[in-house]
Amino acid sequence: MSTAGAGHNYLEHGKGLMSWLTTLDHKRIGLMYGIFIAFFFLLGGIAALLIRLELFGVGEMFTGAEYNKLMTYHGAIMVFMVIVPGIPAILGNFFLPLHIGAKDVAFPRLNLLSWYVFMAGSIMAVCTLLLGGVDTGWTFYTPYSIGTSGGVVLMVLAVFILGMSSILTGLNFIATVHKLRAPGMTMNRIPLFVWSIYSTAILQVLATPVLGITVLLLAMEKVFGIGFFDPALGGDPILFQHFFWFYSHPAVYIMILPAMGIISELITTYSRKTIFGYTAIAYSSLAIAGVSFFVWGHHMFVSGQSAIAGILFSLITMLVGVPTAIKLFNWLFTMYKGSVQLQSPMLYAIGFMFLFTIGGVTGIMLAVIGLDVHFHDTYFVVAHFHYVMVGGTLMAIAGGMLHWWPKMFGKMFSEYWARISYLFIFIGFNVTFFPQFILGSMGMPRRYHTYLPEYESLNQISTVGSWLIGTGFLVLLGVFIHSLMYGKKASENPWHSKTLEWQTTSPPFHENFEETPVVTAGPYEYR
Amino acid sequence: MIFHSLPARANTFMPPQGTEVASQFDTLYAFLLIASLISFIILIGGLFLFVMKYKRKSIDDKTAYITHNTFLEFLWSFIPFVIFMVVAVWGIVIYNNMKATSEDAVEIHVIGKKWQWDFLYKNGKTVTNTTDTSGNIVYSTMIVPEKTPIKLIMTSREQSDSVKPVIHSFFIPAFRIKQDVVPGKYSSLYFTADKKGEFQVFCTEYCGDAHSKMLAKVRVVSKEEYDQWLIKETEALMNLANLSPAELGKLVYQQNQCSGCHTINGSPLVGPSFKGLLGSDRKFADGATQKADENYIRASILNPNGQVVEGFQSGVMPVYKGVLTDEQISQVIEFIKSLN
Ligand code: HEM
Ligand SMILES: [Cu+2]
Repeated sequence: MSTAGAGHNYLEHGKGLMSWLTTLDHKRIGLMYGIFIAFFFLLGGIAALLIRLELFGVGEMFTGAEYNKLMTYHGAIMVFMVIVPGIPAILGNFFLPLHIGAKDVAFPRLNLLSWYVFMAGSIMAVCTLLLGGVDTGWTFYTPYSIGTSGGVVLMVLAVFILGMSSILTGLNFIATVHKLRAPGMTMNRIPLFVWSIYSTAILQVLATPVLGITVLLLAMEKVFGIGFFDPALGGDPILFQHFFWFYSHPAVYIMILPAMGIISELITTYSRKTIFGYTAIAYSSLAIAGVSFFVWGHHMFVSGQSAIAGILFSLITMLVGVPTAIKLFNWLFTMYKGSVQLQSPMLYAIGFMFLFTIGGVTGIMLAVIGLDVHFHDTYFVVAHFHYVMVGGTLMAIAGGMLHWWPKMFGKMFSEYWARISYLFIFIGFNVTFFPQFILGSMGMPRRYHTYLPEYESLNQISTVGSWLIGTGFLVLLGVFIHSLMYGKKASENPWHSKTLEWQTTSPPFHENFEETPVVTAGPYEYR
Repeated sequence: MIFHSLPARANTFMPPQGTEVASQFDTLYAFLLIASLISFIILIGGLFLFVMKYKRKSIDDKTAYITHNTFLEFLWSFIPFVIFMVVAVWGIVIYNNMKATSEDAVEIHVIGKKWQWDFLYKNGKTVTNTTDTSGNIVYSTMIVPEKTPIKLIMTSREQSDSVKPVIHSFFIPAFRIKQDVVPGKYSSLYFTADKKGEFQVFCTEYCGDAHSKMLAKVRVVSKEEYDQWLIKETEALMNLANLSPAELGKLVYQQNQCSGCHTINGSPLVGPSFKGLLGSDRKFADGATQKADENYIRASILNPNGQVVEGFQSGVMPVYKGVLTDEQISQVIEFIKSLN
């Protein structure tokens, strides 16, 4: 497609701060999310480094109370302000309309509103620091959260508002996928990234209200003393856990499904080969989304829920493992007889498969009820969810950002330094989190700010790893900044990909395509 | 502080096996580790193989156009499904063994509070955290007979109403079991310890500032030793029952670090001596005076820094509010009276 007479690209369409703050362009909104989510990632990351520093020695750098606040901020920021919104809000916003050949999302104003709501919630969450902080952990378990002092109410209201933003984004994407597909873009031709964002959107819309209600009940209990969860007032503290995980288990798929979507895109592009089992991957996303509503009890095997409930939850959880395995094998066979290029985004995709496999098999171990009784609330669980959330989602974000960077900004980046960042992050990640599986097996509980001497050396290895990860992300940041300042101009389609976003200019026009594309084939027609 | 827990079994990185269930656990875990390793090698091995074999030679490489393969896809759905179901059922069997109990199990009550574990035996004996002479915490130790089914009946409760009880979790890694301990409810935990020894107990449900210091021990002893211990403790309790309030007060005085600062021979130490205290005239740092009666002593225990006697430092004595019960305070008062 030529650029003649196409007008401005979206970055130049309107100048000045106000043109950004009032923009209805999904691409700009995606970038605005990106800037702030990156900033929150930095905050959460600093908290993580401090946590690991404390755990380097058996001595105490922070008091127990200070440590617990750090641990809460790390978890809450990373979950509610980075990993949950991350891919849909940044890359989903930017590429979903491009992927289906649309000019924008279905409700551009609602999209801008979601950003403002997200910012309001995030600012509230950070402001709780001024109220003395929050020390409940990201899970806000009752009755601890009811008895403790500090900004718990403000924090849970912030979570409520962030949830609102998540719901609005989800609604918008569902409508967009149903209504704005270009002519010829049937549901069997949408890229797998779109399928994954679509499945995620369903989860966001259906599950997030439960979180909203739960935190509201908690706030009401704290402010007005209504006894929902406090046994002293006749409430049931375990009920809170049921409510919480009824959202938060589906939420872990809100975090991973979009990442899986990115991986599907990366693997086909860098193998120059059509995806193996399009239908299986697409529908396994939906299957995961469906089943994920019925497994929340696997977080509560030792909470006192009945033995029968625990056994059923264990069996149903196993069903989630199947679609996960399907995806891994489909990606593997996409490379079979392909033309595999180890470009940095592909390295991140391979890193994802490596780490996510470990996260998956340890997930199965945790789903085995007899084993989870020992592993629950130990470092084994900490290692598991970091393997899936950081090793999975974060690796996918990094790979996706690199992959789409030339499209987003029209600039190439330094491949060499992108690979260096990958080495640091990948190696650092394993050095940090693999020892935690061993610590957990040995019985070290999570959320401990001091520990027995026998756990010391593994903790020290883990802390050293955290510095490697930190270095890796700094290098990656450097790659992006360097590219913005000095990057070579990117062509329309530097990776020779087949999906629609690569068929327009880099960066795209304000309204994405010069003329609405007409689609005649699937997204991965590499022949 | 030295913790004597048995060293982890270096070959598997697991804690020692204190029960039959622990060895069943380790077998299943080993099976899953091996199965996982094999799956990992298939997947990641395949990945490396394909990456090397199908490395890009030029940008217009022709690639095969393979959209799917129903048989393969069936295989990699069905085989994992079967494995998952097998390990799930295997895990359920172990879980049931964890819950198995018998009629004649020895019952011990466990009370979790911020931040310690108390153990209550049928004979009335309570084991709780104490402090040694240099002020270090000595964590409570639950003594149990070996090869005997034990049932723990657990709840979370606080000493005083002003503190809200929270959820704790009782975890014995060597036995591979844990169970949440919830306020307002009783939960139970079962085990039969095979081996004598001392095993670590952790709290594994986040419970606040000193969560990581909410530790305890399980000491497994022979049945004979356990019986002897019970008899000895029962006798000690019977003796206590025969003591006068003043004699009980003396025990309170000895067991709560009062004796570190207050003598009973008339010579002041960090604080005034208790000898001749009751009924004497006290002169305070701010010049006020008062006769030391029962109310004065009670107030000095509950809020020691309210009024400080001339010549002594403020802020030195710990506040005993919430530490001593009203009954114990009355006993101490009787004890002080008895020194006149
Ligand atoms: C094969 C798929 C998976 C299975 C079978 C699985 C299973 C489990 C189980 C049984 C637990 C509870 C462990 C416990 O608390 O004792 C758990 C915890 C957790 N999982 Fe997964 N999981 C899988 C994938 C994922 C994914 C994809 C994510 C997120 C991206 C994730 C995030 C988490 C988190 C955050 C926790 C711990 C939450 C907390 O207690 O703070 N898991 N997983
Ligand atoms: Cu879950």
